[in-house]
Amino acid sequence: MSRLTFTGKLAVVGLLFFILVALFAGVIAPHDPTETDPERILKAPPGFPLGCDQSGQCVLSRLIHGARLTLEIGFFARFIALLVGLAVGLTAGYFGGWWDWLLMRIVDIFLAFPSLLLAIAISMVLGQGLLTVILAIAIVGWAETARIVRGAALELRSAEFVEAAHAMGASHTRVILTHILPNCMPLVVVIFTMGMATAILAEASLSFLGLGVDPSLPTWGGMVSTGKDYLLHSPGLSIYPGLCIGFAVVVFNLLGDELRDVLDPGRRSQW
Amino acid sequence: MLEYTLKRAAGTIPVILGILAISFVVLYLIPGNPAETLAGPRASPESIARIAREMGLDQPLHLRFINYIVKILHRDLGRSAINDRPVYTSIREKFPYTLKLSILAMFISIISGLIAGIIGALRRGSFIDRLCTVFSVSGISVPIFLTGLILLYVFAVKLRWFPISADHCPNPWLGLLLPAITLGIRSGAFLARIIRSSLIEVLNQDYIRTARAKGLSSWRILTHHALLNALIPIITVIGLDISSFLNGSVIVETIFGIPGLGRFTMESILKRDYPVIQGVVLFSALVFVTINLLVDLLYAWINPRIRDEILAGKS
Repeated sequence: MSRLTFTGKLAVVGLLFFILVALFAGVIAPHDPTETDPERILKAPPGFPLGCDQSGQCVLSRLIHGARLTLEIGFFARFIALLVGLAVGLTAGYFGGWWDWLLMRIVDIFLAFPSLLLAIAISMVLGQGLLTVILAIAIVGWAETARIVRGAALELRSAEFVEAAHAMGASHTRVILTHILPNCMPLVVVIFTMGMATAILAEASLSFLGLGVDPSLPTWGGMVSTGKDYLLHSPGLSIYPGLCIGFAVVVFNLLGDELRDVLDPGRRSQW
Repeated sequence: MLEYTLKRAAGTIPVILGILAISFVVLYLIPGNPAETLAGPRASPESIARIAREMGLDQPLHLRFINYIVKILHRDLGRSAINDRPVYTSIREKFPYTLKLSILAMFISIISGLIAGIIGALRRGSFIDRLCTVFSVSGISVPIFLTGLILLYVFAVKLRWFPISADHCPNPWLGLLLPAITLGIRSGAFLARIIRSSLIEVLNQDYIRTARAKGLSSWRILTHHALLNALIPIITVIGLDISSFLNGSVIVETIFGIPGLGRFTMESILKRDYPVIQGVVLFSALVFVTINLLVDLLYAWINPRIRDEILAGKS
């Protein structure tokens, strides 16, 4: 930890803050985030520091619960993307040949779609829901992971310790899992952290377009989306959740930058 | 260069086929039977079957895929499920708005990225450099709908410098300015980071020291030696911009009321007009692939070393 710079420490503190808020959302939030009250619509009665939205729900409580849902969606989406990306990238880079060619063309195809539009198409096919949002973000994100991991695996394939393992009769599975994968781990951690930032933005964009989770569930993107119709009267409804998204993304981006420098200084110039 | 061009162009063929395959699968999987939709709610099963036959829906899958490709080659991207309008006609009508918006956004992106990047590299570690870094980190992190809503609130609602909807703007370019800033700032922030780091790298090279030793002014070194070498990352980012503009136009055009491809997509999402969405996604992917091809060719033309490496088989 001592190697972290000031911004790095700031990012770690920010991340811990978000995680704690998400974990203890039920305890911190002053009200039930889905409790509506026609009396409170677009008003700020005492006990509601950020006021109430168009259904009379407490904005602060929704922001707090939104942290949980947003982080959950981002985490699971990136986790799926990471598993697929690792499997594809490691085998493509390690085995090479026609297998590499085939997998990389598939990666090219997925990277050829503008990401949000691909996510839109996937959401349309799968129908609305939490799982759809997670899958749409994962399907859009795995290709980039695969390409970066493949590059690393390709380099490691001809490393001396890998050749030594081969000479000792290690199987391909064993070489990949015990020699190639551990050496890709720093890279994987950085990709995952940066990926959280894009996943949060993607979730927000999908919610903004009405393709996110059920609008009654509190997500930051969904709140911006419903709030924008009341921009003239109460701009806070969309600005507050928008700022939360911005802060969360800054935190993950800064953390990713920092981890890249700390874990993998040799590679810095590559990206 | 010709050999490289041919090789690179041939490389896009499998990608384009893959894009077509994915969008065909999407079309195949989307809910609802297109023949039933076209026949209307009170059609008899016989007439639905007849329409399905006419549309070729009774043929085996691989034949349908071939038919699909042939149709697309004839610029037939399908028809709207709501009003039966050809998707291609709508796209041709809406795309110019999005194109204009993207060009303006790219202009803003390059200008702001160059200014912030150059200042950051020349005055490294100074207060103004930190300010530029804050600008670029927040520019990358703040979602474009937030930037858009804030700009709209401040400049259109509070200050009334701009109309709330670009539809009602007397000057078409003026109405595009706020949305273009929204899109451009994000990629400008990205560009600033890349220009800063590549300039810093270039400025430490031996030939820059030589140029300085010759007594050339900082400005001349910057424009004649350093920036030319920073051109490559700029071109890369411009290629990536196309994707982010196509993505962003969906959100920005909705916020600012521009009748372009993005808002068209948004309206089709709200109406659950699946064939239109599929057509727009396909169109955008093809535009993106074409632009990337052009960017790569430009890249190789500027830097022959890259071209030779790829031709030698080190792809």
